[in-house]
Amino acid sequence: MTSIGLPHFLIVGAALFALGMVTVVTRRNAVGILMGVELILNAANVNFIAFNHYVAAPGSLTGQVFSIFVIVLAAAEAAIGLAIVLAIYQTFKTIDVQETDLLKE
Amino acid sequence: MEPNENIARAVEVSWLWLIPFFPLLGSAINVAVGHRLQKLYGKRAVHFIAVGVMLASCVVTEVVFWKHMFGAEPSQRFLEDHLWTMWQSGSLRVNLSFGIDPLGMMMTFIVTHVATLIHVYSTGYMADEPDYWRFFTWLNLFVFSMLLLVMGSNFLVMFFGWEGVGLCSYGLIAFWYTDVEKAKAGLKAFVVNRFGDFGFVIGLFILFWSLSGIWNPQTNKYEHQHVAYVTAQGVTVGPTVEFRELRNQVSDESTGMAERLKGMTFWGFPLLALVCILFFVGATGKSAQIPLYVWLPDAMAGPTPVSALIHAATMVTAGVYMVARLNFLFALSPPAMTVVAVVGVLTALFAASIGFFQYDIKKVLAYSTVSQLGFMFIGVGVGAYWAGVFHLMTHAFFKACLFLGSGSVILACHHEQDMRKMGGLKSYTPITRWTYLAACWAIAGFPWASGFYSKDEILWKAWTAENLTAPWIGPAIYIVGAIAALGTSFYMFRSYYMTFTGEYRGGHGHEDKERLEDPHAMAAHAHAGAITHGVPDGAPAAHAAASTVAHQHDESHGAMSTPAQAHDEHKVEVAAATAAAHGHDDGAHGDAHAHGGVPHESPNSMTYVLALLAFAAVVAGFVFGWPAAWAGGHEPVLEHFLAPSLPAAEHVRFAEPGHATEFLFQFFGLAIAALGWAGARALYLDNKSTVPARLKEMFPRAWSVVFNKYYVDELYQATVVRGSLIVARISYFIDQNLIDGLVNFMGFLGRAVAYLDAAIDTYIVDGAVNGLASLTWNSGKQLRRIQTGHIQSYLFGALGGAIVFVIIQYVIR
Repeated sequence: MTSIGLPHFLIVGAALFALGMVTVVTRRNAVGILMGVELILNAANVNFIAFNHYVAAPGSLTGQVFSIFVIVLAAAEAAIGLAIVLAIYQTFKTIDVQETDLLKE
Repeated sequence: MEPNENIARAVEVSWLWLIPFFPLLGSAINVAVGHRLQKLYGKRAVHFIAVGVMLASCVVTEVVFWKHMFGAEPSQRFLEDHLWTMWQSGSLRVNLSFGIDPLGMMMTFIVTHVATLIHVYSTGYMADEPDYWRFFTWLNLFVFSMLLLVMGSNFLVMFFGWEGVGLCSYGLIAFWYTDVEKAKAGLKAFVVNRFGDFGFVIGLFILFWSLSGIWNPQTNKYEHQHVAYVTAQGVTVGPTVEFRELRNQVSDESTGMAERLKGMTFWGFPLLALVCILFFVGATGKSAQIPLYVWLPDAMAGPTPVSALIHAATMVTAGVYMVARLNFLFALSPPAMTVVAVVGVLTALFAASIGFFQYDIKKVLAYSTVSQLGFMFIGVGVGAYWAGVFHLMTHAFFKACLFLGSGSVILACHHEQDMRKMGGLKSYTPITRWTYLAACWAIAGFPWASGFYSKDEILWKAWTAENLTAPWIGPAIYIVGAIAALGTSFYMFRSYYMTFTGEYRGGHGHEDKERLEDPHAMAAHAHAGAITHGVPDGAPAAHAAASTVAHQHDESHGAMSTPAQAHDEHKVEVAAATAAAHGHDDGAHGDAHAHGGVPHESPNSMTYVLALLAFAAVVAGFVFGWPAAWAGGHEPVLEHFLAPSLPAAEHVRFAEPGHATEFLFQFFGLAIAALGWAGARALYLDNKSTVPARLKEMFPRAWSVVFNKYYVDELYQATVVRGSLIVARISYFIDQNLIDGLVNFMGFLGRAVAYLDAAIDTYIVDGAVNGLASLTWNSGKQLRRIQTGHIQSYLFGALGGAIVFVIIQYVIR
């Protein structure tokens, strides 16, 4: 049994990203899509932390700082995203993204 | 070198332009606001303007005469007023400038003064005319044009006047233009004058061409170059259209111009004779000589004051004036002078003989005018320039008086012009009668009245003329002229006796005869007369070609059973139409003169003018032309006065048979006049004699030929008019078939090319453009489907792209 190394973290990150992407692509509920986005962002965070631990110089904090940025960004994005969803709901009386096709016009 | 007396040097007088300006002003005012003035303030306002400007013009003329002519040195009598240069082209320089020399002074005097009198007369004669302002507009414009003609200092200004008087003559002959016959008479005058004007213009061109060069004293040759030079006498040599410069070039021997012109030929003809004859062709048109005299009798369709002013006193004398003006040219060419004199004497006799049998009083006077103009041309033709011009002046007085007298008679007889319906007027119209008699006395050539002096001077000069091509021509002219003078005396006293003696033969109705008078009616009448006298042949010609202008009636006449009947119907028709058109006449007539059944004397404005003219007709002769033979060799006043203008008079030779012979000839002239008078008195006094009617029956054929004016109008109808109609028809044919064919073919060609071009445009150019457009359209239509608006499908796309990229990057490689 080998110890847990960088590849394991990357596999978790990739799995998270894949799950998030599938959620975003397949979900019809707008809130679900937002959740998928969160998954993708967290996949990135896992990668940042892992690379910071195994690759960067000892004692550096670059990866952690980036992750915090991403978490803040995700919070902001979620707020704006939910506002958009509310607006969509007021316009279409639904949050099914298959129904909201105004962008084609 | 001492100055040559024959060189004319100009004295600048900067206000000569005022003389023609005033009539122009009057005409402009009346044409602009005359109609309104007449409506607002009555006819008085119109004639105040018209007569006022004429008086102003007269005053300026008088001032010019008394200030610059009277008592001035002969060399100081060439007044000029240069306004501006109208155009310059190569060596041709045309100035708008006026010149008055003694000859021009005399003409200006006649034109302004006689015209003023006739304006005054017209205020009475035309009192009933609704278009009063139009009449005076034309009349003023005529005086302006005539003054341009006599005062123009070069050929071009003269020609403007020459054309202007033609235009005004047209406008005044056709003054009552609603009557087709009168409109046609105006047109005839205008068209016939064009023939003459053509000659004038061609003559001018050839003359100008011949001047374009200078004499080289070294080589003694004329060199064709366009550089003018100045001789020792101060004469500028070179091409010119100025009368004075031309005269100086011919008079100054050092220029060699006279010899040069005499020697030149043009297409084999002697140039000078050609030029002079072409100018004379212009004169035959304007002054009604054979062969272009035919318009003048028809011109009697105009109002009588117009006949007096234009067709007797002024315009028709323009040709005589021009020949006198160009005396220095004509004197160099005996053939041209012979042509002028011979045509003059033939016209004098020819027209006098037609005058014998006319019944229309104005026609008699018209032929008399043609005849008297012939006498003037004898004068200027044989070289007695002053005598021709003297006759011009005396004629202006007595013929104006006769015409105005006839106008007074016509008015007295309620617009009746036929002398057979007059008679006995001496008790009704005493003033008209005495003035008419005085003028007859003058024209017939009895002593102490003007015609005697001028006519005898002309005939005497013709007898003694030595400047003609053959020595027998002068005496021949004298004999023919004497016969014409006999005729003059006869027909004038015939008209006097028919009009003023015997019983009044006129009707009592108001017949608008002057306006009805038409050449066609005359001819149809003659036809009826000829049939009565058993002359069937000759008559159809009279009918068929009644006049050069009136032939559309022929169809209707041909359908009628007899021409006489046709005439009556025609007349009734016209009478009805005219009565409708001129219904105003009866009403308006009343105020000016009582309008019962009897003739009446004319208003004062007319009789005073008649008296003045009669006075002038009587005294002008001995005042201005007291013969040298009676005055111990002193030349007549007028000859002395005109001498500076007529330099050629010194070079034209006359025989000097002595005063006794001249007295004999004067007595002979008197005898001729007396013979004519006695004949007329015997035949026509009191309408008693039956001889005229019997003579008419004895020689019906001769009578009808002369009465129908030798069928000259018919001859012209058959030759000139028909000829030009044939030419017109040929031109029409060529136009229709050849020119139109060519034009249509070109049109067809254009259309064919256009069709081809349209096909290319439609199928190739438009196809490409439309194809591109539809390509874009259709591809857009297809591509539009990709844009669904679903973010997820876009994301699918992006994801798919990324996967493809990954596969290409990591798997395929």
